[in-house]
Amino acid sequence: MNARVEYVLRLGDSALVLAQRSAAWVAHAPIMEEDVALANVALDLFGQAKLWLEYAAEIEGAGRDADALAFHRDADEYRNVLLVEQPNGNFADTIVRGYFYDAWAELNLNALRASSDERIAAIAAKSVKETAYHLQRSRDWLLRLGDGTELSHERVQLAVDELWRFSGELFIGDEIDAAMNAQGVGSDPATLREQWLESVRAALAAATLTTPEDGWMQRGGKQGRHSEALSYMLAEMQVLPRSHPGALW
Amino acid sequence: MYTSISDGIVEGQSDERETAFNERLDRSVKVEPNDWMPEAYRKTLLRQISQHAHSEIVGMLPEGNWITRAPSLLRKLILLAKVQDEAGHGLYLYSAAETLGTARDEMVEALLTKKAKYSSIFNYPTLTWADVGAIGWLVDGAAIINQIPLTRCSYGPYARAMVRICKEESFHQRQGFDIMWKLAHGTPEQHAMAQDALERWWWPSVMMFGPPDSASPHNEQSMRWKIKLFTNDELRQKFIDQTVQQAEQLGLKVPDPQLRWNEATQHYEIGPIDWDEFYRVIKGDGPCNRERLQARIDAWDEGAWVRDAAVAYAEKHATKESSAA
Amino acid sequence: MKNEWPLWEIFVRSENGLAHKHVGSLHAADAEMAVQNARDLYTRRNEGVSIWVVRSSDIVATDPSQREALFEPSEDKAYRHATFYQVPDGVKHL
Repeated sequence: MNARVEYVLRLGDSALVLAQRSAAWVAHAPIMEEDVALANVALDLFGQAKLWLEYAAEIEGAGRDADALAFHRDADEYRNVLLVEQPNGNFADTIVRGYFYDAWAELNLNALRASSDERIAAIAAKSVKETAYHLQRSRDWLLRLGDGTELSHERVQLAVDELWRFSGELFIGDEIDAAMNAQGVGSDPATLREQWLESVRAALAAATLTTPEDGWMQRGGKQGRHSEALSYMLAEMQVLPRSHPGALW
Repeated sequence: MYTSISDGIVEGQSDERETAFNERLDRSVKVEPNDWMPEAYRKTLLRQISQHAHSEIVGMLPEGNWITRAPSLLRKLILLAKVQDEAGHGLYLYSAAETLGTARDEMVEALLTKKAKYSSIFNYPTLTWADVGAIGWLVDGAAIINQIPLTRCSYGPYARAMVRICKEESFHQRQGFDIMWKLAHGTPEQHAMAQDALERWWWPSVMMFGPPDSASPHNEQSMRWKIKLFTNDELRQKFIDQTVQQAEQLGLKVPDPQLRWNEATQHYEIGPIDWDEFYRVIKGDGPCNRERLQARIDAWDEGAWVRDAAVAYAEKHATKESSAA
Repeated sequence: MKNEWPLWEIFVRSENGLAHKHVGSLHAADAEMAVQNARDLYTRRNEGVSIWVVRSSDIVATDPSQREALFEPSEDKAYRHATFYQVPDGVKHL
């Protein structure tokens, strides 16, 4: 197993799964302007995923391309964090999931701009601009829902409480992270944690929300051990290429 | 002649204004918001523009249906961008309609309570990936034919919205045709998928241009007001001529045993259109009418708490907007 | 209508050197959202470097019925246009 391929897949798969989740909102958002906004987020993330997966396929050198990776890997081969595969739920669930991810992605991508791997640095530099905008939006919505009506406050607090247990995985490093970090290719997940916590605590406070107590953090997505939700999502996503082997679209 | 002023226009004045209005129309001077206009002109425009807007929004549903199942990353990106454009088009059009003095929420309510209509084509289901191609190729193709003349219509905001929309629309049709091309030249299953889609979308697309001229009494007034620039049949013929050629290039068969080229008129002639089906679908008995409307009702109802939260937040933080971004 | 988001008019400068142009309107709950929505709605195809958003209710417009009084008097003051003046032959830089 090539550590660098694994590392890049993790980045690509998280973007891909979150994109797929976000895209499901289009035509069903609370207001038409949000249909446009959520589509924009999904488009950016699919674009980023494509770049990461293309690179992973290149390094792998086994003749696969980004589509082969996206449409012909089973759930246990996916390397996204558990956070992004959580179902859309209501708008508050989606915003909190997005916000936790965006706040991490901005830090992570900024760190990766200094990667000794030129391609990773380039993809990160391009992606971080999009992510900065996503973060602005998701943070603004966090505030509106938290400090909006009683009902919105209740719902977004519930979302924060329920999704907190998936936030830890973003900062838990394993031997792949260690190896990549040692080579100057990847970031050290643990070092991002303090900054993330600081920003998130501040945002939650501004939104009149409480930060949950840290408990056991669910993990395993980066290693291919996912929740039950992922294989349903992939079944829908992959149905066409899988039922028409060899076909071009 | 002296006319008494009540709280509005008196007969004599109104005739004068209407004459001036028509005279400007004849000179192709655009009508802008807050210009005086006959009430009937305003009403007709409002109905036409808002119906167009509703169509864009409802039109997101049949294609949106396939975003999560698009068969490659590139196709996913393209489809998502297209559906996003449609949301945008709806918004441009509502924005044009609002200049006529009706709030958007009122128009949305009319849609959700079935008082307002949308294009009947969107009451058909997208059953396969090929349907996504067929919609881009046929439905957007038909829409473009309808929309290009509207860039010259008499109402400024509507004409400007149409210019914007037409710029974005040509990619929509091309991507649809591109999908059909790939399928028609793909595996036997893919070719069959494309043929099947054409068979299900051909007649509804032909019907998109509305009833025949002989059955369209309002057309004349709309044409005098320059809100409608060509008749239904004229536009329909244009669509048929260009599309049959494209079908031939795709290697697909148009489902019309009476289709033939008329060498004398240099146009294609088609078989009879099933107007019973057209009216049935408009009345509400198409395959997807209920599902389409329910999806929009759900989005509206389930989104109410979100919209309310945003308003509540804005009210609490009213001073925030005075500090520039 | 209950809790309808206010309407905003959107102006976009497409590149440095050009003035902001009115491109349409949209609904947003607050100014920040209006800017973001405008960015998503009106500059998807690289059409802008700067966006202004203004609440529609803040726009003060001339009354079309006053059009003649406001704008026609300028029609007969041709002396404001350079073409009114004859430049003698041979005189340059005028």
